[in-house]
Amino acid sequence: MKRLIVSCLLLMLAAVGPARAELTIQVTGYVKGASPIAIVPFGWKGAKAPPQDLAAIIAADLHRSGRFQPLADKDLVAKPHQASQVDYGDWRKLDVDNLVVGQLDRLADGRYQAQFQLLDVATGKQLAGYSITSPAANLRQTAHQISDIIYQTLTGERGAFDTHIAYVTVVRANNGKPTYRLAVADADGHNEQVIYDSPQPILSPAWSPDGRRLAYVSFATGRPAIYIQNIVTQKTEKLAAYPGLNNAPAFSPDGKRLALTLSKDGNAEIYVMDLATKALHRITHSSAIDTEAAWMPDGKSLVFTSDRGGSPQLYQIGVGADGPRGRAHRLTFDGNYNARATVSPDGKKVAMIHRTNGAFRIGVLDLAQGYLQVLTDSRMDESPSFSPNGSMIIYASQKGGRGVLQVVSVDGRVHQSLSLRGGGVREPAWSPFKN
Amino acid sequence: MSKSMNKFAVTALVIWAALSLAGCAGQGPWGKKYESGAKQPGTEQGAQQGKGAGKEGEERHGAELGGTFKGSPLDNPDSPLSKRTFYFDFDSSQVKSADREIIAAHGRYLADHPKLSVVVEGHTDERGSREYNMALGQRRAESVAQILYLQGAAKKQVQVISFGEERPVALGHDEAAWRLNRRVELLYSGNE
Repeated sequence: MKRLIVSCLLLMLAAVGPARAELTIQVTGYVKGASPIAIVPFGWKGAKAPPQDLAAIIAADLHRSGRFQPLADKDLVAKPHQASQVDYGDWRKLDVDNLVVGQLDRLADGRYQAQFQLLDVATGKQLAGYSITSPAANLRQTAHQISDIIYQTLTGERGAFDTHIAYVTVVRANNGKPTYRLAVADADGHNEQVIYDSPQPILSPAWSPDGRRLAYVSFATGRPAIYIQNIVTQKTEKLAAYPGLNNAPAFSPDGKRLALTLSKDGNAEIYVMDLATKALHRITHSSAIDTEAAWMPDGKSLVFTSDRGGSPQLYQIGVGADGPRGRAHRLTFDGNYNARATVSPDGKKVAMIHRTNGAFRIGVLDLAQGYLQVLTDSRMDESPSFSPNGSMIIYASQKGGRGVLQVVSVDGRVHQSLSLRGGGVREPAWSPFKN
Repeated sequence: MSKSMNKFAVTALVIWAALSLAGCAGQGPWGKKYESGAKQPGTEQGAQQGKGAGKEGEERHGAELGGTFKGSPLDNPDSPLSKRTFYFDFDSSQVKSADREIIAAHGRYLADHPKLSVVVEGHTDERGSREYNMALGQRRAESVAQILYLQGAAKKQVQVISFGEERPVALGHDEAAWRLNRRVELLYSGNE
């Protein structure tokens, strides 16, 4: 019930606008089991407002993870900027577990220095404290780095806030002409950078494990082909343009191979290409559709979609140096539509599009237990992608007939829309860690 | 490209209007050109002469017996070849039995006109996975292409492309739109 209320409020807020949504999510996002944390606005001596509100960015990050419940600004009983100014008694009364205080200063050389301390309210001890210097343009990244430090200190798990997402947008001009754009942004949807655009469809962006290249499908020539583009240098290589399908690229965990779907031998089959030699090895052999390969983290098998049993379901098959290893076995048995698998970084879960009561939602299958949990509750959810620490899933949905990106914590408790500017957004892919 | 998109919008409108009026998924668009590739089609000549035939007036004339349509049968609304869009059930690539004979007629026409070629475009509705829909659109188009081959169309005359859910003709988000988008289109080019 509480989750429902939170979701409704988030829905309403999403329509108001990103800045306001972020602010108010902290007021309404009460989640059972999330650790209460106070993030005090950073001290700032400038006459004008600081270039970025670091505390607001950190609070939005931590909230989105589902693990933390940041206090609303109005509930902050005091606004200290360093540990020595903190009266812990104030915060104990609010049942806050942790407190973050900090100071932002503009240095003589024009850069900015952010200092912060993460404090344990019960013991009054400092758990972490850092100073990070960056140019103004990188202050959002600084905030995400602080979020990562807080998250890792308190959960023991690496934070994934200072990462990126890739996605495709489609904007139709007044004459109906569409423009497709492949873009990369911060994991919270800010700092969008378009790396490729085309009047023809673009789909299926997939990150290389080093986070420097994207594989994708473009119809630029009027038919599908797979390209790999270096995000920084723009260097682009056309990798596959066989007759028929050239779709669903997925880098192997070591980055040396690419799984892909081709129909050159009759119907949709999965192949693995050695990226150094360009040698192709066919993995599936069936008269059904086989597509959407996703690698297990050990690089030894693929999870894929096949309708060989009469409806689209997920299967797993071993992959050797030059072909399949063993036979494919079926993973999903709930419902008549399970497709577009994505494997969690620890290899224990598979997220997918799961149809239930005519609605397409994001489901997560626990591979050991065989238990499928539905995480979302709208009608057109698709393209799930795990954060590199496995704690969140980004996916595409529709609101008012428009494509939007949503983030859900992997336990399904916290949902949030990402604030991206106008136009339909689709096919998010979460980057690996930066190093 | 804007020309092609206008055409696209017009085609969508024509289909929609035809369906609204006829109340069935009957006629597809006539004379639609394939514009997303480099090839330019040439199948529209003759349509205007055709329309003028058989008109009645006060003067006496010799009777014209039977149809006198002189253009391409692709543009003759009475020819099965004028139907070049075929619809499918959800997650199905099975050609409907009523369409099978029409597609076979296209296959025979291609066999008789080896200089013609056709792009067989497979499409799906927006639901479910984009990449699965790419494969589904491909399979729908292949199902149609197989019928063309059986009737003697040469493989080099036929190009199969799936656009999955990326090129809807109806932009709604309900079954009324979805049923129009689950389709295979035949797009002719070349000279007869």
